[in-house]
Amino acid sequence: MDQNNMLEVRDLHVSFQTYNGEVQAVRGVTFDVKKGETVAIVGESGCGKSVTSQSLMRLIPQPPGQIKSGEIWFDGKDLTQVAEKDMEKIRGKDIAMIFQDPMTSLNPTMTVGKQIMEGLIKHQNMGKDQARERALEMLRLVGIPSPESRIHQYPHQFSGGMRQRAMIAIALACAPKLLIADEPTTALDVTIQAQILELMNDLKEKLETSIILITHDLGVVADVADRVVVMYAGKVIETGTVEEIFYRPRHPYTWGLMGSMPRLDLEQEKELTPILGTPPDLLSPPKGCPFAARCKHAMKVCQQEMPETTEVDSETHKVNCWLEHPMAPAVEPPAEVVGGGSK
Amino acid sequence: MSVTKQKVEKILEVNHVKKHFKMGRNQVVKAVDNISFDVYKGETLGLVGESGCGKSTIGRTIIRLYDTTDGEIRFKGESTRNLKGKDLKKFNREMQMIFQDPYASLNPRMTVADIIAEGLDIHGLAQGEERRQKVTELLKTVGLNEEHADRFPHEFSGGQRQRIGIARALAVDPEFIIADEPISALDVSIQAQVVNLMKKLQREKGLTYLFIAHDLSMVKYISDRIGVMYLGNLVELADSQELYDHPLHPYTEALLSAVPIPDPDVEKERERIILKGDVPSPINPPSGCRFRTRCPKVMDICAKETPKWQEVKPMHWVACHLYQEESLKKEEGNKNK
Repeated sequence: MDQNNMLEVRDLHVSFQTYNGEVQAVRGVTFDVKKGETVAIVGESGCGKSVTSQSLMRLIPQPPGQIKSGEIWFDGKDLTQVAEKDMEKIRGKDIAMIFQDPMTSLNPTMTVGKQIMEGLIKHQNMGKDQARERALEMLRLVGIPSPESRIHQYPHQFSGGMRQRAMIAIALACAPKLLIADEPTTALDVTIQAQILELMNDLKEKLETSIILITHDLGVVADVADRVVVMYAGKVIETGTVEEIFYRPRHPYTWGLMGSMPRLDLEQEKELTPILGTPPDLLSPPKGCPFAARCKHAMKVCQQEMPETTEVDSETHKVNCWLEHPMAPAVEPPAEVVGGGSK
Repeated sequence: MSVTKQKVEKILEVNHVKKHFKMGRNQVVKAVDNISFDVYKGETLGLVGESGCGKSTIGRTIIRLYDTTDGEIRFKGESTRNLKGKDLKKFNREMQMIFQDPYASLNPRMTVADIIAEGLDIHGLAQGEERRQKVTELLKTVGLNEEHADRFPHEFSGGQRQRIGIARALAVDPEFIIADEPISALDVSIQAQVVNLMKKLQREKGLTYLFIAHDLSMVKYISDRIGVMYLGNLVELADSQELYDHPLHPYTEALLSAVPIPDPDVEKERERIILKGDVPSPINPPSGCRFRTRCPKVMDICAKETPKWQEVKPMHWVACHLYQEESLKKEEGNKNK
């Protein structure tokens, strides 16, 4: 394992058994997260981004889910091989998670304070008083006013934005090395989203935690991420730094994502360019590139074989696309993608 | 955008409309409180605001799913409040709605053909072979095909279902469509498909849209004019580019600055106005201007008086004491005392 890496995921396969057959939700995902870095995993619903993140915490319900193969290296251990008992010591302590919906993921029968203290008492062997002190400190850190009274309140007494702050406080209480944020702002209003994003950016600098941010909102990605992993139909199709993905995207699906989003800051008279069709059914995923059926530039080979991962421009920018093959025709990205950036 | 400049006919007038809901004995939720605006024929008016601001309530009040508590709504010059019999049926045909959740808004026990043709049946517009033809035609209009007619909603993806919802709305040849968060439940790449479809249909059929959504980038893209709502009030209304270039109300400013832009360099240099706190409860809203509790430019007068809804520039309406000379004078007077 590389010294600078906090997490290495290698060729991860996760499947779910259903009445209709095996759904291959994640089909060979490989990526790294460096120390102190924020990596965003983007993609549409059903692309496997949430399943990937839940696998890292081993939160996939088994059965019907199963980690078929692959390795998840964290802190010198392969998390796919760790016993459940040891996993309990990692969850909440070394790896913590923030969920999308703060209403359903907090315990409605426990005070917010108790929920923060729970992890501290279990993982850090703190006494009650010490844990309460730390809980107050955490509530202050995430910007909850009058924490002394708030600590005794229940989640339903908090507003949506407050609940998400409380959740962040719980996640960060044990100072985890890796924080997984699964759509942390999707359920929130924009002005509250702005508050939470500012908080996350602020905490990132203070705590030096590595963050995996899962989202479908490229605006959020541009705001907080250092690196981006683009997923489609259970596979990683492009990775790179934010600048590389936003200003020099190489995969036609990434182009499609960029082209189908209106931008608030530009005068847009021309039509959006949607990606036609729908993602493939993962019960029987296509043999070749999963995007081939919706891709304007698809060639014969795309239907038949999955392209290799190719490095382009720099060692951080990797693409899985047959267009990178030396024998492929040169294809220019559409104008709306190139024209979008300031570079 | 040319629509607004020509000042064509008003298709819908909303005058001082209030919609209050009783909650228990002494509590009233003022979901919509004194809203006035017009919609011109052939334009798209976007309504944006955060959850609980009353944007869906006003949409549902306009189409008469709710009765107004006070105020008047006029559709094509006539008040909609006391429509009965034939007139009501005509109104129901001319105004249609597209709903947010494509999963919940289609009856799972009906075939797509029956869902789409329900309006045709009710209004007696087509029967037998003609009905079938009309359904096929509608399916084609929204980018589906004939074979889909005999299937059930669960066999379709979210984007396809939303197309069925659009086809159903179009079936009775409406003039005015209220789209309540029509794309919020869809993926980004599918959102663009549906929005482009709506734009195309507007061009072809001369439809007027009231487009209700919380996603400002999408609203700006589809709308000619945008109204911004906050806690039951309309706080600003202007041409969409004008609203973005010269927002007047502090809430609009904050809202615009809060929307993340998918461009890392732009994001790095942007100055955000971060609003403090949360939206207050509409059961007991703040006195005066309802935004004053979170407003970065709050003055003394804001707590005392409700700002007037004024046209401060041609076609640019705002309700804020900052743009009302009397209010500024009073504020000045208070300070000097």
